[in-house]
Amino acid sequence: MTLRNEIPEVAGFYERTGRYRWLIAEWMMSTDHKRIGVMYLMALLSFFSVGVVLGFIIRLSLLSPGWLVGQQGYNEFFTLHGVIQIFLFIIPGIPVAFGNIFLPILIGTQDVAFPKINRLSWWLYVAGAALVLLSIFIKGRPPDTGWTFYAPYSVQTPANVSIAVMGVFVLGFSSILTGLNFVTTIHRMRAPGMGWFRMPAFPWTLYATGWVQMLATPVLAITLLFIFLGRFFGVGFFDPTKGGDPILYEHLFWMYSHPAVYIMVLPAMGIISEIVPVFSRRSLFGYTAICMSALGIAIVGYAVWGHHMFTSGMSDTARVVFSFVTFLVAVPSGVKIFNWVSTLYKGSIAVDAPLLFALSFIFLFSIGGLTGLIIGALATNLHLHGTYFIVGHFHYVMFGGAGFSIIAALHFWFPKITGRMYNEKFAKIGWLNLFVGFNILYFSMFVLGFQGMPRRYFDYPPQYHTGHVISTMGSWFLAIGLIIIFANLVRSIFKGEKAPANPWGGKTLEWTIPSPLPRENFQEIPIITRRPYSYEEEAK
Amino acid sequence: MGMWFFLFTEILFFGGMFLLYSIFRYNYAQDFHAAAAEENIILGTINTVVLLTSSFTIALSIATMKRGEKISSIILQLATILMGVAFLVIKYFEWTAKINLGIYPDSPVLLALSQGEILFFGLYYVMTGLHGLHVLIGVVVISFMLYFTRRETINRKEYARLENTGLYWHFVDIVWIYLYPLFYLIT
Repeated sequence: MTLRNEIPEVAGFYERTGRYRWLIAEWMMSTDHKRIGVMYLMALLSFFSVGVVLGFIIRLSLLSPGWLVGQQGYNEFFTLHGVIQIFLFIIPGIPVAFGNIFLPILIGTQDVAFPKINRLSWWLYVAGAALVLLSIFIKGRPPDTGWTFYAPYSVQTPANVSIAVMGVFVLGFSSILTGLNFVTTIHRMRAPGMGWFRMPAFPWTLYATGWVQMLATPVLAITLLFIFLGRFFGVGFFDPTKGGDPILYEHLFWMYSHPAVYIMVLPAMGIISEIVPVFSRRSLFGYTAICMSALGIAIVGYAVWGHHMFTSGMSDTARVVFSFVTFLVAVPSGVKIFNWVSTLYKGSIAVDAPLLFALSFIFLFSIGGLTGLIIGALATNLHLHGTYFIVGHFHYVMFGGAGFSIIAALHFWFPKITGRMYNEKFAKIGWLNLFVGFNILYFSMFVLGFQGMPRRYFDYPPQYHTGHVISTMGSWFLAIGLIIIFANLVRSIFKGEKAPANPWGGKTLEWTIPSPLPRENFQEIPIITRRPYSYEEEAK
Repeated sequence: MGMWFFLFTEILFFGGMFLLYSIFRYNYAQDFHAAAAEENIILGTINTVVLLTSSFTIALSIATMKRGEKISSIILQLATILMGVAFLVIKYFEWTAKINLGIYPDSPVLLALSQGEILFFGLYYVMTGLHGLHVLIGVVVISFMLYFTRRETINRKEYARLENTGLYWHFVDIVWIYLYPLFYLIT
């Protein structure tokens, strides 16, 4: 590949097109998937930071019983923390940022199937986020229902639930359109010669995720609409006095929200599948199994929603079925873990930051997944439901999983997006702080939960004090780690060494074009003749 | 392809409501049976015929467009729009009749009824309301297609937009085909 050592002079896709007078108009009106992806990325990271600060304050408040934030305030804090991190950061997350920037390039095409709808998705995301944040600032209290908006409280509370719920509705529509766009793109626009099984793993996961986005999100949309109609028109589908049933809300809500967690984690797994082969110089072990397992997780993930409701009064038969299927969905996830580890085996390992974060993903997601099995089992769930054990579990899979994957992707694709290299030393120092802080912060939650500390409680009896202090101190290390990582990345945008087209020796299509990415992806559409990650073939 | 995917999402969207309907009806079968007697079966049947015919006309409008017959296509699209509007007008009369009887969400009259009946009418308003909103959107979109047809940006060679609109309209029709028996015929 002749471009391997070429240092580019141009500003790539950042260069002004001259079509609009103001820079902001040029970007907001752009239909270029790379620009849309970068804008999304900036927004996501900003909202993530807000969410982290909220979490930080929550932990601070829990340092000692009865100080800092009071009862009402605490409910609002954890609601906002959840809503922002989940609906504004992690669900849009990887698909809208890295998916947008890299999907067309990875499959060898110039843009997504519907660039204008892509732009609409971005505008809807901004609008939805604005509505959600508005619920904090307009007259009345911020939502205090938890991010799960359980009825009947969400229908009755005087807090600004309606506007928050409207915002999530709009965000959902943005998500549906993105999924639709990506699935159509993957079906219709792969480069010549790129059959389904010559497509890299990341597009495969975006495909599976796209289907989940399309089919699960509408259920959330209608559920939230019912909350809205209940608040404004007194429609009482979840109100027992009007013949309704609050458990129906739980069913409908989790019918979306469980598949939603696969929206969060499948693309994250796709990124790990991209990084591990490059940094072990080996073909992805069991490539076909990796692709099929992505579909398997997406499909089976539709059938497990009841495991969020084991204590809500379901029949024993229903609970056994949901528990069984929950255990089943762990199998394809396990397949991926085994395949990544097998890829590393006997590879030529370079422990650069992307791999460090990817390895952390494997470790942390495994812990999260295994603890998921503990709470997926009925007997243990009865004791652990609604405790800190759950909080620990989902932070391990969401933050340790998808969150670390995002940070890995930021480092892996940093040269491609910015045209510069980040500072490896500070990346590693940041990683160490983050990793150590993360485990102190969240592992202690497993212990607290096991001891019976309930979640979403602003206060607690003295026997939980030690656990909470340890956890909060973990959050301080974690915060320092995040600051170092992001300061490093931001500084490197301006001061980093200029990056070549292929600093890591990757084999997928994005490394064949210049860094930073050019305005037009490919001068000539490539013709694909082999499977991805062909390290062994080249070594022969 | 994209339009088909969008329609799948719409199926899930309406599906949530049909799910609620089936659960509530299972619990309150007698009440649903009694409440459905309040519906005007004549108006409901007229609306069904209207929508089915309008699906026919829009399909024909695509067929004529493929043959390059611009005027026929325009007439057929216009017919579809008019029938869509007719549907909405009839719906308006149905709703106002009920509201005048005091039957609307959270009304004292409604809340005095039995629980199953409260749910039935709640579902009636939400489901036919959302469906009606989709009919209205469809009418607007077909009007745009009419405009494009007149300007010939939809023509014999490029009619994908019209086809997609037709797909959407067929979907709206199919949802009504399910709503009609569930609200009008179960008595």
